[in-house]
Amino acid sequence: METPISVSGLVKTFGRTRALDGLDLTVHAGEVHGFLGPNGAGKSTTIRALLGLLRADAGTVRLLGGDPWRDAVALHRRLAYVPGDVTLWPNLSGGEVIDLLGRMRGGLDPTRRAELLDSFELDPRKKGRAYSKGNRQKVGLVAALASDAELLILDEPTSGLDPLMEEVFQHWVRRARTDGRTVLLSSHILAEVEALCDRVTIIRNGRDVETGTLSELRHLRRTSIEAELIGPVDGLGQLAGVHDLRVDGHRVRFDVENAALDAALRQLTEIGVRSLVSQPPTLEELFLRHYQAEQVRS
Amino acid sequence: MTSFTGTRHLVRLIMRRDRVVLPIWILLLAVLPASYASAYTGLYPTAAERAAYLAGTASNPSIVALLGPVYGDSIGALTVQRAGLLAVIAALVSVLMVVRHTRTEEEAGRRELLGATVLGRYAGLTAALLVTYAANVLLGLLAAGGLVAAGLPGTGSLLFGAGMALTGIVFATVGGLAAQLTESAGGARGIGLGVLGLAFALRLGGDAGGSGGTGGSAEWLSWLSPLGWAARGRAFAGERWWVLLLPVLFSAVLALVAYPVSVRRDLGAGVFPPRLGPASAGALLTGPFGLAWRLHRGQLLGWTVGFGLLGLVLGGAADAAGDAVEGNEQVAEILARLGGSSTLAEAYLGSTLSLTALAAAGYGIQAALRARAEETAGRAEPLLATAVSRTRWLAAHLVFALLGPVLVLAVTGLATGLAYGLSVGDVGGEVPRLLGVGLAQVPAAWVLAGLAALLVGWLPRLSSVAWAVLAGCLLLGQLGAVLKLSQWALDVSPFTHTPQVLGDNWTATPLAALTVIAAALLTLALRTFQSRDVPTP
Repeated sequence: METPISVSGLVKTFGRTRALDGLDLTVHAGEVHGFLGPNGAGKSTTIRALLGLLRADAGTVRLLGGDPWRDAVALHRRLAYVPGDVTLWPNLSGGEVIDLLGRMRGGLDPTRRAELLDSFELDPRKKGRAYSKGNRQKVGLVAALASDAELLILDEPTSGLDPLMEEVFQHWVRRARTDGRTVLLSSHILAEVEALCDRVTIIRNGRDVETGTLSELRHLRRTSIEAELIGPVDGLGQLAGVHDLRVDGHRVRFDVENAALDAALRQLTEIGVRSLVSQPPTLEELFLRHYQAEQVRS
Repeated sequence: MTSFTGTRHLVRLIMRRDRVVLPIWILLLAVLPASYASAYTGLYPTAAERAAYLAGTASNPSIVALLGPVYGDSIGALTVQRAGLLAVIAALVSVLMVVRHTRTEEEAGRRELLGATVLGRYAGLTAALLVTYAANVLLGLLAAGGLVAAGLPGTGSLLFGAGMALTGIVFATVGGLAAQLTESAGGARGIGLGVLGLAFALRLGGDAGGSGGTGGSAEWLSWLSPLGWAARGRAFAGERWWVLLLPVLFSAVLALVAYPVSVRRDLGAGVFPPRLGPASAGALLTGPFGLAWRLHRGQLLGWTVGFGLLGLVLGGAADAAGDAVEGNEQVAEILARLGGSSTLAEAYLGSTLSLTALAAAGYGIQAALRARAEETAGRAEPLLATAVSRTRWLAAHLVFALLGPVLVLAVTGLATGLAYGLSVGDVGGEVPRLLGVGLAQVPAAWVLAGLAALLVGWLPRLSSVAWAVLAGCLLLGQLGAVLKLSQWALDVSPFTHTPQVLGDNWTATPLAALTVIAAALLTLALRTFQSRDVPTP
């Protein structure tokens, strides 16, 4: 079976800006591949090059066994794309846009279309100008997921969706994988990628910095803890896997690798906890720390 | 007066947001009348020369129809007529400005952000109206000052300035009312511009039959139009100040309607409720052409109806216009040159229909640039990511850029022929003849549409240059002969090459040449669009 997406050494410049700088990306058939990077890293530019909308300055791009710039029309029959910011025609209803996109791709499954509208709670009769950001995004998602395309290219598709709808989205992506479809999911939210993806490519400043399965990228998975304790803070600094510890009287802030989370929490409850906030670090924070540290070492 | 609380802050916000655009349009419009005045002083220094100009050009029916009536041959009177379109521009800017600061803000959700602060119910509308009124008053004062500086009498200058300012103020208020009616800013703009178009058509119809100061038989139409009032104040020709009461009263009535409406509706809602669309797409909406039809059909219909009406007005006035200048050798000669025809009515028809060619080219440019607008709005990308080639996507819009002018000009020709045929009692003969005149204008319009298409394909960032080219062609056509430009300069404009079909001897060669040029431009447009990035920011 051919490799749905294979990009190597991709370079794209806009004037003096080098948006993509030797990017490699391989997506295997049947997997959900996370394409993770902070805003402005070059995710959308990569996707546009994959779609044959932008011409690469250097490097090779292969999509479904063809050249996306030359064979755009033939290849596009086999994929569905949702842009990061779906804009609709103000005078067309959502249902009309879904059908139009479906027909232009070569048809969509009416049963699945109805199911999708139902589970995303989308009213297809509203005009484009009347939809909120999240609902516009749903129009794009329903159109893509109702198609029979073998490859789904989703560029930050959940921006503007509330958590409930995020769940629905994840359900449908899993279903697409069960149906044997390949998904490229670009995102800047680590948790979303963790929840869905088999493999992940991390992109930063136009270059892929890491690729692997989630367990291979475990070193990226940390939790930020902020706590107010009953007694003075003690003993956390010696724990392996605790980073960036900051102590201010009875207050403490630190990041901890998930493998060491249990030990760290034990330590806290030993002292006594008055309040505790834990959250996954934002991707930007993570990048800043992880790759800055790497630069310093090298 | 808590309903107005916060108006001051909003006024400051509007002035901050428009700090560049506002002074530019005020200055541009304010400087032009004085420049017309000094041009006339230089070109026609003696009374005899001015009288000849008045008889020959200024009272030419098609000029009167386009610019408005002229009351006498003084520098002031001639300047007032020449500046007739400036008030229309001020009106246009005023409508757009008020809608931009009221309904657009609401639609974008920014008004909600502000409405949650200490803000009276009337503050939004009041602030937008105040700034736009003030801009128009300033425009009027500057324009009047400019005329005085150019050596014209103070009273007439002041009346002229006041007339221009009040025209802008009427349409600012029209915009203020329109913004209360629909939920979308586009709809509000449509209503406002529709009223402006109606006012222009009424004035044109009222002035069309007239020549010089003598109004046509339908002059009462001009009295119905807010665009006809300023000229009827007769600046520099026995000022009639009371005429200015009309715009003042009309604005007051509009405002008295707009304010109660603005508080009776909810934030974000309009008087006309939004309609739901179909839950699934109809049989027509299957690809880029079906979509383009949905995107273009409203405007195409509007243009077709508008030009049909214009044709009826022009055709109906032609016979009377011919009579009005009967016996005036100079007009006859000029018209014959412009229209290339022997009878005055036909010469008049030929010259006015050649003006509609420019407007039809405007439709073509607008339709071609729609493709670029779709691209920058991010609506091209999802379509080009489907199994639709770039050529088909762009061609879908270009079909309208090509067939739209054909339709518009054919309808204009038909309507003109029908009305003129009725007035001279020869419908069967005049309809095909004037349809022919209308269609002969098409290739020149195609050239400009093709140019716009090429810019979209090749130099998308510069695509609005197409409008500048159209403006250049308009200027060449209107002023080229007056300024005695050499033939090669006039030949730059494709419209110069359209033959006078009503004349005795004409050939189709220039039409074929223009068509070939347009075809080449379109081919290049599709070719260059193949090899560029989409979207190009």
